[in-house]
Amino acid sequence: MTAIALLLLAGVYVRALVYTPVERLQGLAQKIYYLHVPAAVWAETAMIIVGIASTFYLFLKDPRLDRFAYASAEVGTVFAVLMLTTGPLWGKPIWGTWWTWDARLTLALFLFLLYVGYLLLRSAVADPSSRARFAAVLGICGMVLVPFVHFSVYLFRTLHPMPILLKPSPPSLPASMLTTLLMSLGVFTLLYVGFVTQRYALGSVSEPLEPMRGTDNA
Amino acid sequence: MLRAEGLKHRFGAVRALDDVSFSVQPGQTLAVFGPNGAGKTTLLKVLAGLIQPQRGRAHVEGGRRVIGWIGHQPQLYGQLTVRENLRFWASLYDVSPPGDLLARLGLDDHADRPVRALSRGLVQRVAIARALVHDPTVLLLDEPFTGLDRVAAEALRRLLGDVMKQGGASVLVTHNVEEGTELATDVAFMRAGRFVHFAPRAGRGPEQVAEEYRNAIA
Amino acid sequence: MRSPDLLRHAWTVASKDLLVEFRSRTGILSAAVFVVLVLMVFNFGRDPTAVSNVVLVPSILWVTFTFAAILALNRAFQLELENQALDGLLLAPIGRGSIYLGKLVANLLFVATVEVIGVPLVALFFNVEVWSHIGPLGGIIALATIGFVAIGTLFSAMTVRTRFAELLLPAVLLPFMILPLAWATLATTSVFAGRPLSEMAGWLKMLAGYDMVFVVLSLLLFPATVNE
Repeated sequence: MTAIALLLLAGVYVRALVYTPVERLQGLAQKIYYLHVPAAVWAETAMIIVGIASTFYLFLKDPRLDRFAYASAEVGTVFAVLMLTTGPLWGKPIWGTWWTWDARLTLALFLFLLYVGYLLLRSAVADPSSRARFAAVLGICGMVLVPFVHFSVYLFRTLHPMPILLKPSPPSLPASMLTTLLMSLGVFTLLYVGFVTQRYALGSVSEPLEPMRGTDNA
Repeated sequence: MLRAEGLKHRFGAVRALDDVSFSVQPGQTLAVFGPNGAGKTTLLKVLAGLIQPQRGRAHVEGGRRVIGWIGHQPQLYGQLTVRENLRFWASLYDVSPPGDLLARLGLDDHADRPVRALSRGLVQRVAIARALVHDPTVLLLDEPFTGLDRVAAEALRRLLGDVMKQGGASVLVTHNVEEGTELATDVAFMRAGRFVHFAPRAGRGPEQVAEEYRNAIA
Repeated sequence: MRSPDLLRHAWTVASKDLLVEFRSRTGILSAAVFVVLVLMVFNFGRDPTAVSNVVLVPSILWVTFTFAAILALNRAFQLELENQALDGLLLAPIGRGSIYLGKLVANLLFVATVEVIGVPLVALFFNVEVWSHIGPLGGIIALATIGFVAIGTLFSAMTVRTRFAELLLPAVLLPFMILPLAWATLATTSVFAGRPLSEMAGWLKMLAGYDMVFVVLSLLLFPATVNE
């Protein structure tokens, strides 16, 4: 099973990252960054992919597109949760508080809420074709919301600087850190693809087993 | 006036419509008999344009404007009066309610009472009035006599007759063979999404049709 | 689907909703009572020495309006569900957009009524001077309300038939409400602090942009929620 292999590979890779380049700008806690940033990138991207798949679904009505959107949403949720857990883990040693309304964490929270709403809606609708349609509508709205959130959250931060130390913005990183970051990003890409493939495959098997909706009493 | 070509539609693994084709001419009433789950309501919904069939086409000359649907749902707003309800529905069709409609159904005395204050029998008659308020020429009837009291059933039969005399067409689906045969000019039996019989009534009485139906469906 | 028909039919749907609402009156009365209750809770919860009213009032205003709006949003399609009239609307030769717009207008007017009741009540209970800012305040309220009612109307069409409709709608709507709410609260704070209008311009532009995007999007997506 490629997914599991990818997972293991990714796991090994991530471990390697953590141990090999030992940066000490902010101590060990800074290492979280390598998990946090790619998770953020993919949490956002996954939602956009959900939206794109949803748009195609509404036009083409192919259930595979719906399954793909669902898979992407599930994986996106995982990444959002990852962001929400690694963020405070990083923040506590540096800022002294578990939570802060800084740009990235707020973005993570938004994405998490979006994903949860998507999953809740899916679980609340019994009929498969209505479920796919409704999920698609929500997915598209979510996709459109992401740029709004992304830009206003970052805008917000520049207008209202935090009274505590901001995390260093990444534009100029020493080369070794940058490579690590890129490697991590690559790993996360693989993770995304692997997980989504796995969830998609699971979806194609489990869906036909769902109870059928009645016809005449529609 | 009304035409179906190769209609196919499934809900999950259930084939609600499996290659249904027929046409109905002005003055004809097609009665479709079938057990629950045979796809009768789906057929009507496709004809009405409420469901887009996955394969095939349905065509009603004049579009939604000329279609009148009589089913289980009263589609009346309890807080509004009879007159207000009729006026609302008529305005969606860009017409005014016909002056004599209330009279023909014996509703003149109750015209300004809120619908929720009316007895069940009266509500049934208002529902019929609502369905006919825009002078439809194509009638789609989904188990129309279910739960109607004697007065309402009589009124319905009379009004159906009037529409037919003026050159309308109708499709009536029901599992009550006796009731449906009286009104039909053509008869069809439906099972698992297909027509297993489709022929003019040709003078057959209700008992005869019921017999043939039992043989065909059993 | 031509524009004049679209709007005319939308108005027919909206006026029918308003007529029903007017006849029963329970909706608007419940909303008014609810607003009073929320304001009372806020009053008991605050510490008058810690934070001045002027600072608190924008948040109070917006939390109250948001809660009331969420309660109101389900009513639109609930009405059709109760009377099993949705199929009738779909059968009629009107564009799906008319149904959405009609429901949107009815919802907006309902929420606007709640807001018209709420603002003077807030001014009264919390002893703040509102009348001098009423222009900009009205504008902010209008823009923010349009934003979340537009999306809320779309979502309520989907959630109304689910089992926990009243809980599901807020859960799904929440991420879409936070932004307009944040902008509106910021703008309201700036208004009450007596800041010049130009400071608010940024927030208002964001609100307006958000509104335009999501009203159009909701209008485009609405048919998918009702067509099978």
